[in-house]
Amino acid sequence: MVIPRIPIGNTVEFAVDGIETHFGAVLDLVSDQLDFLISALKDALLFLPPELFIVGISLLAYFAGRRNIKLAAGTAFGFFLIENMGLWELSIETLALVLSSAFMALLIGVPVGILCAKNAVIYHIVKPSLDFMQTMPSFVYLIPALIFFGLGNVPGMIATVVFAMPPAIRLTNLGVRQVPKELTEVADAFGSTGWQKLAKVELPVALPTIMAGINQCIMLSLSMVVIAAMIGARGLGYQVLFGIQRIDIGLGFEAGLAIVIIAVVLDRITQHLSPK
Amino acid sequence: MNKNVKLEVRNITKIFGKNPQKVISLLKEGKSKSEIFEKTKQTIGLNGVNFEVYDGEIFVIMGLSGSGKSTLLRCLNRLIEPTAGEILIDGQDITQMSAEELRNTRRTKLGMVFQNFALLPHRTVLENVAYGLEIQGIPKDERYEKAREALETVGLKGYEQSKITQLSGGMKQRVGLARALANDPDILLMDEAFSALDPLIRSDMQDELLSLEDRVQKTIIFVSHDLDEALKLGDRIALMKDGEVVQIGTPEEILTEPADSYVSRFVAGVDRSKILTAESVMKRPEPFVSLSSGPRVAMQLMKERGISSIYVVEGKNRRLMGILMINDALDAMKTGKSLEAVMIPVIPRVPPDMPLNEVIPLIADSQYPLAVVNDAGKLLGIIVRGSVLGALAIAGETEETGGPEAPDLEETVRTGKNEGEAGPPDPESSGGLNGIIDKDSINKGIIDKGPIDKGIIDNVIGSGPAPEVEARSVAPAPEVGARTEAPARPELKGELEVKTW
Ligand SMILES: Nc1ncnc2c1ncn2[C@@H]1O[C@H](COP(=O)(O)OP(=O)(O)OP(=O)(O)O)[C@@H](O)[C@H]1O
Ligand SMILES: [Mg+2]
Repeated sequence: MVIPRIPIGNTVEFAVDGIETHFGAVLDLVSDQLDFLISALKDALLFLPPELFIVGISLLAYFAGRRNIKLAAGTAFGFFLIENMGLWELSIETLALVLSSAFMALLIGVPVGILCAKNAVIYHIVKPSLDFMQTMPSFVYLIPALIFFGLGNVPGMIATVVFAMPPAIRLTNLGVRQVPKELTEVADAFGSTGWQKLAKVELPVALPTIMAGINQCIMLSLSMVVIAAMIGARGLGYQVLFGIQRIDIGLGFEAGLAIVIIAVVLDRITQHLSPK
Repeated sequence: MNKNVKLEVRNITKIFGKNPQKVISLLKEGKSKSEIFEKTKQTIGLNGVNFEVYDGEIFVIMGLSGSGKSTLLRCLNRLIEPTAGEILIDGQDITQMSAEELRNTRRTKLGMVFQNFALLPHRTVLENVAYGLEIQGIPKDERYEKAREALETVGLKGYEQSKITQLSGGMKQRVGLARALANDPDILLMDEAFSALDPLIRSDMQDELLSLEDRVQKTIIFVSHDLDEALKLGDRIALMKDGEVVQIGTPEEILTEPADSYVSRFVAGVDRSKILTAESVMKRPEPFVSLSSGPRVAMQLMKERGISSIYVVEGKNRRLMGILMINDALDAMKTGKSLEAVMIPVIPRVPPDMPLNEVIPLIADSQYPLAVVNDAGKLLGIIVRGSVLGALAIAGETEETGGPEAPDLEETVRTGKNEGEAGPPDPESSGGLNGIIDKDSINKGIIDKGPIDKGIIDNVIGSGPAPEVEARSVAPAPEVGARTEAPARPELKGELEVKTW
């Protein structure tokens, strides 16, 4: 007996087509908004002269790292190097893409994480979806993003948001669940409302864990933004891709180095942001 | 204490499980807990608990680990939802309240202090204490003002801006207490509030809670697994076992009239000398002789009773004047002196509420029985060595009994040792002591029931002459010259309430 091939691929294609034709207008609207967000951020960051930007981000690193002078110096040097390599504009574009993607991922991920911690049903729906999202090779997200949003920064951002969201959800969920029972009892015993309990007890106590999620989310965003160059996202990733196509080791290496610098600086700053 | 009922618990039952109603009906059928657990895999946390808590008292809920103390306490403010039953606070059933009403009751009537302090790590001391007021929407200035007052009450003035991590355990729990007090609730719920503290700090905190209770007059419901703590703090104690209340009573009732073998086993290891008071061990002061009567009357009374000394009192109020020795009475009869001239006016006196552990050294060093005298100077009773020993020995302690934490209940049931009154004493651990006690034949019936902490016995018996057969009788008559000496030894001055008349 021959079992007929189950048309999984065809079905997905069909569904994607359906969404494309029926929700095209909505998708365009979303696309415009996101594009605006990225461009605005990029323009704002580029508006600052590089010198001022470097001073600013070094100060941020200094204070975020609890007056860590080494971190500040390293940050200043790293960004000076980027400027020196002539990759300033591309780097800022990448940074804008990373930050707006991470922002969107957190905007969705943190509340979903809280819901998961509070509601067993939601948790049991979301958890397998997260596993699915994280095990699927990241390139696969590029295809629907490409179909729905065409080429450019926006589909890159969408793919990035999907890819970077799971740790934000997971760690927020974990953090809220791990709030000691006695502390939630304090909130209840003194007569807090549900919101008061969340805002004044659960979230502050869970903050270190949530910050770890935010850190991971930003790091994953950065890695995905580079890959998203394959569907037209600009910035350093595009430069790397360019280097690969032209087999230009120097070009690729310099862009790669700039990515590493941004990664390390973002990681250190967000790591230290969590109160301990 | 006025006995207004502040909180009343009626038939509270808590089942942990998916289908509690089924368990309830099985309970009604009279099935045992283990049967029910086998059948349904549900735990019975509380089973038909009833009690009342009076306004202004400290009510201690005590029991072994897993007996349901925390569950019961958390039912009182519905941190745990009881499966059945009613909880009336000021006559209002909290189990029937809407979420909003419950919240208001928690805010205004019920404060809670937690075992592991449960302070919010991201807030300063002051912000922690102000939490309860903050969620009620009280403006910042006002709530910080009240929080400062609460901190002062618990002795933490000056620590307002400290971080929680900078505080020691004792200080943390003071913050916990201040946080509960800041709301000015009527009732404080305290779940093993001092269990996480070092013994010394713990004892300090207990003392402070008692003095606080005197000042602020809250109703306190205090959970403890430590009998000594329960006896020290509790106006009344409820003893729990397997989710049920086995006995409710004052500390003395629990010690002297244990309801069943579980309770007596539980209280076996306790140092009774700290709990029992002079009043509870004293005997009626009879006979005594009035100051206005002559030495002949006194002689007659002593002869009748076969005793060698007698207390002299004055007036209807039985004001204690002194003690008369038989030799001196004879002397007075011969020479025609008055009673007042020959009696010994300076004798040891103790107030009725003095704990036994303070009475013991006094009586050990005293030649006479101790007179228990109230503030007005009235002779209430006398304490002889025998009655102290008797009180300490009641309910039978055995030396190998573990602390109150881990009585071996299985063993009790098997050997039947502790059924009702205690069984015979263990010869190995107590043979020597028994010898001494038997020889002196003090309060024989009671002493037989079991040996006592050796230290206490040594304390009482070791020094001074052996007590005599008649509890009322007094130590050997002193020489004639002795009347001018204070009977108390020099090192006891100050401790003793010695007055010269
Ligand atoms: N959420 C729960 N689910 C199931 N069983 C529970 C739950 N909470 C408590 N129990 C059970 O109820 C019983 C009473 O527990 P409880 O915590 O009230 O005891 P306790 O007297 O406070 O003990 P401890 O001195 O250890 O704090 C225990 O047998 C415990 O296993
Ligand atoms: Mg407990």
